[in-house]
Amino acid sequence: MAASMAATQQRLALGAKQATCGPAAWVRPAKTTVSAKRNGAVIPDVILGCVPMLAGSRRVTASRAPQQARSAVLAQAASGDKFDYDLVIIGCGVGGHGAALHAVECGLKVAVIEGHDIGGTCVNRGCVPSKALLAASGRVREMRDKTHLAAMGVQVGAVSFDRQGIASHAKDLATTIQGNLRRSLEALGVDILIGQAKFVGNQRVRYGLPGRVDVGGEVTARDVIIATGSVPFVPPGIPIDGKTVFTSDHALKLEWLPNWIAIIGSGYIGLEFSDVYTALGTEVTFIEAVDNLMPGFDREIARLAQRLLIQGRPIDYHTGVIASKVTPGVPGVKPVVIELTDFKTKEKVDEIEVDACLVATGRAPYTNGLNLGAISAATDRRGFVPVNEKMQVLDTLGNVVPHVYCIGDANGKYMLAHAASAQGISAVENICNRPHVLNHLSIPAACFTHPEVSFVGVTQEKAEEMAKEQGFKLGVSKTSFKGNSKALAEKEGDGMAKMLYRKDTGEILGVHIIGLHAADLIHEASNAIATGQRVQDIKFNVHAHPTLSEVLDELFKGAHLDAPQNGHAASTVPVAAKPQPAVAAA
Amino acid sequence: MQVTRVPAKAGVSSSAKAVPSIRAGRRCLVVPNAVKEVFMPALSSTMTEGKIVSWLKSVGDKVKKGEAIVVVESDKADMDVESFSEGILGAIVVQEGERAGVGAPIAFVAENASDLDDAKKKAAAFGGAPAAPAAPAAPAAPAAPAPAPAPAAAPAAAPAPAPAPVAVAPAPAPVARTDGRVVATPYAKQLAKDLKVDLATIAGTGPNGRITAADVEARAAGKAVAPAAPIAAPAPSQAAAPAPAPAPAKPAAPAAPAKGTTVSELRGTTKPFTTLQAAVARNMNESLKVPEFRVSYSIVTDKLDALYQQLKPKGVTMTALLAKACGVALAKHPLLYAACTPDGNGITYNANINVALAVAMPDGGLITPVLKNADSTDIYQISRNWADLVKRARSKQLQPDEYNSGNFTISNLGMFGVDTFDAILPPGTAAILAVGGSKPTVVATPDGMIGVKKVMNVNITADHRIVYGADAAEFLQTLKSVIENPDQLTM
Repeated sequence: MAASMAATQQRLALGAKQATCGPAAWVRPAKTTVSAKRNGAVIPDVILGCVPMLAGSRRVTASRAPQQARSAVLAQAASGDKFDYDLVIIGCGVGGHGAALHAVECGLKVAVIEGHDIGGTCVNRGCVPSKALLAASGRVREMRDKTHLAAMGVQVGAVSFDRQGIASHAKDLATTIQGNLRRSLEALGVDILIGQAKFVGNQRVRYGLPGRVDVGGEVTARDVIIATGSVPFVPPGIPIDGKTVFTSDHALKLEWLPNWIAIIGSGYIGLEFSDVYTALGTEVTFIEAVDNLMPGFDREIARLAQRLLIQGRPIDYHTGVIASKVTPGVPGVKPVVIELTDFKTKEKVDEIEVDACLVATGRAPYTNGLNLGAISAATDRRGFVPVNEKMQVLDTLGNVVPHVYCIGDANGKYMLAHAASAQGISAVENICNRPHVLNHLSIPAACFTHPEVSFVGVTQEKAEEMAKEQGFKLGVSKTSFKGNSKALAEKEGDGMAKMLYRKDTGEILGVHIIGLHAADLIHEASNAIATGQRVQDIKFNVHAHPTLSEVLDELFKGAHLDAPQNGHAASTVPVAAKPQPAVAAA
Repeated sequence: MQVTRVPAKAGVSSSAKAVPSIRAGRRCLVVPNAVKEVFMPALSSTMTEGKIVSWLKSVGDKVKKGEAIVVVESDKADMDVESFSEGILGAIVVQEGERAGVGAPIAFVAENASDLDDAKKKAAAFGGAPAAPAAPAAPAAPAAPAPAPAPAAAPAAAPAPAPAPVAVAPAPAPVARTDGRVVATPYAKQLAKDLKVDLATIAGTGPNGRITAADVEARAAGKAVAPAAPIAAPAPSQAAAPAPAPAPAKPAAPAAPAKGTTVSELRGTTKPFTTLQAAVARNMNESLKVPEFRVSYSIVTDKLDALYQQLKPKGVTMTALLAKACGVALAKHPLLYAACTPDGNGITYNANINVALAVAMPDGGLITPVLKNADSTDIYQISRNWADLVKRARSKQLQPDEYNSGNFTISNLGMFGVDTFDAILPPGTAAILAVGGSKPTVVATPDGMIGVKKVMNVNITADHRIVYGADAAEFLQTLKSVIENPDQLTM
């Protein structure tokens, strides 16, 4: 099991968000006789082109698995032919897509039902296009930072940008990735059904589009996965006009650059947009309900982030207040007026006038219209579909609803694209009778600001709490990018990393990084946590010099355990702690 | 690389304790135990001094033992420094952003409230700002429009006798907010803090009277001279200011009397020239040896004004736009930025287009900071360069090369409501452009209609030994086409 976890994590890590070019090795752990049989004709490693790994890595397996394997499994399942499909997935975002690929690999006959865009939020209105904006605006910021460049002896002339060009880049990227996802499904023989789905029964789903009679229908499936994702959450009292008051959905189109924008919410989404906007010359005012900016982040990291990402940029902020009333304006004519109310006393404290307002207060599950009543389930107060740790949907009494699973933002366990995909794979494993529970504490998260912020596991505050409750001694190892040769070569010495671990067992509880390429650096830590490696196991691993990965090397080497290790291997106790509060994929 | 939490090697130590060598002298100030010093810690073996990145506690906050109170940047890393003792942070000696040697006291922690005063006293002894970080009232802004040292009166300056100040630049009058609130953008607030400008004294020119970064910069640049009244500004220097406008009519009147304050004292007296004034006078006489002539032209500025409005939030000033426009136009007329050889026998063509703009100094002088390569530098850079030049000009920190390398000069009196005027040619250059105010004018349009356009008069003074009438006219024609089609200025 450990081996398969490792492989899963490795795939996730690679596939999470980045496209990759170059050779990718596909290592299949020998698991069961079934898979061994299916692997009869194993194709050796294949050199992949430049396609997203999510699609790419599986495509390799797809080309070998398909038909005969599927029939083998269907034959096993006596009732197989009674259903149109083995598995129907409602929603084809990154979660549904990941689940579909894994299901095909496991020999299931799969259909996805998509009511909007293949790729869902991440690909069309989230992580992917925002990375394009961040890449372009980050380049602008970098080239306009004359002192930084001059420190390296580089001089640049005037740097200008074309807003429409940047916006098009984001749109093109989304279109490309969407196409890649679609083709990867088609190539595997996954049926793509168009429409919004609703349950008729546990194993029967109807789908269609409002006002369209030419699309739609009803399908049956042995198992159903709900992967409907989420939409931007807009607090009451805020009218969205799409022009001066808008959500990330509109902001990603970068239709105009206001001179001054208020961003409600200083989580991932707000931070990333502040990075884009300030790089392009827009001034930003954060409005945060909590007393600290960046709630949910490790405090120390948030403090440093505040120094690197907020101070020194044209950004100010109001904390401890909510935007109780927002009056949209007219671009260039009338400002947006935002009424600020104290979060605790509920008294109006201030009023600000800005050119635009971005609502980045998190995301709400998109679970309306699923007709969960038909399967005697219901969403919780906030709209999430309740599930157990195996991603099985629970009914109103808390019992498992047979054959129905829910993954991704819709269940609210961990609202990140790659978490959804991991949950999808986990659900498929459970569907195939290989019980699997995903360790959410091993799922990395990243915020793609300049510099980037990333983490896995628990915050120091949480770890301290755990240490107190469970009576162990907490170790904290810290290191700074200032001491890293590669970072200094780039003149990017700002940043730090820290690791929280148990001084008795060496178990890694959390790793937090802020600094150059932090999002790419976190995977060594998340993989270590996923595979249960302890500090003492990874301490002696070698990192190429000079690379940024040496930041983690220092971190591991800086950890010191209390007792000498007398070979007790059973020391890795899974940590019973909730993951971070739900955060959305940025 | 130091890793892990640094239990602040320095931290806090009782000030009564014997202290190593050098600082022993200071020790005597100290009341034993009641007030403790926080030292700059040695965060690495190579660290000799550290910079305070931020104070995590403010004066008056309770401090617990082991609690992080300050972030220090060393040569290697930023570290949280923890307190060694418990009490109340009484005073901060080294403020955020400042540096201190390892071992130097950076703050004082009082054991209890009654020791707070001691802490402050000690801090004062170390020259730190005692307590209250809330004291930035200082720069509160010259509320009373101090009698501006009438720089306009000194019409010429040493190196380049531009006959007049150069404020260029049309800008709309600031819109006063009816509700009396001060609305400033985040960057404007930051700048105001850094430049010690009181936002309340600035009239914003942004939407709904919003104060933008440009307003603050303008204010800071003109601060020495210009009081709140954003336009009346005596500051002939306002070159940097986006304010003084082509809507010159109104500012004109108030401007002159503003400087009359000291006149009565001067009545019936004779004062010798200052060095600067003497230099100006010499230059003026020198200019009589040059056969000057003048050509004037009217230019429609509606599009330029529109462009300015559009770029203003990005910190672009009208001065920069004019300098850039001249730079672009000059590129096609090398003669206009050439010079007659000192012996009067030839023409020296210059390699670069360096546009000088006259700026009046607060103390009555006049200086001509130079925007080098005005044709090839982009408008944003020009604006930044100009802001920097003006700032340093006022603090008299310009390098000679930065005020005497000009080979074409602009002088602007537009903001005083001047229609048109004559400028005196600075020796060693071929031409100087006198820019008047831009004002709405009834014009006959090419299609035979009557329209109202904003028209600005420019008047060029040139050295007829090298520049002839047609040369000057052709240049003005080019300049007109640049200003009337200003889009190329942003390229």
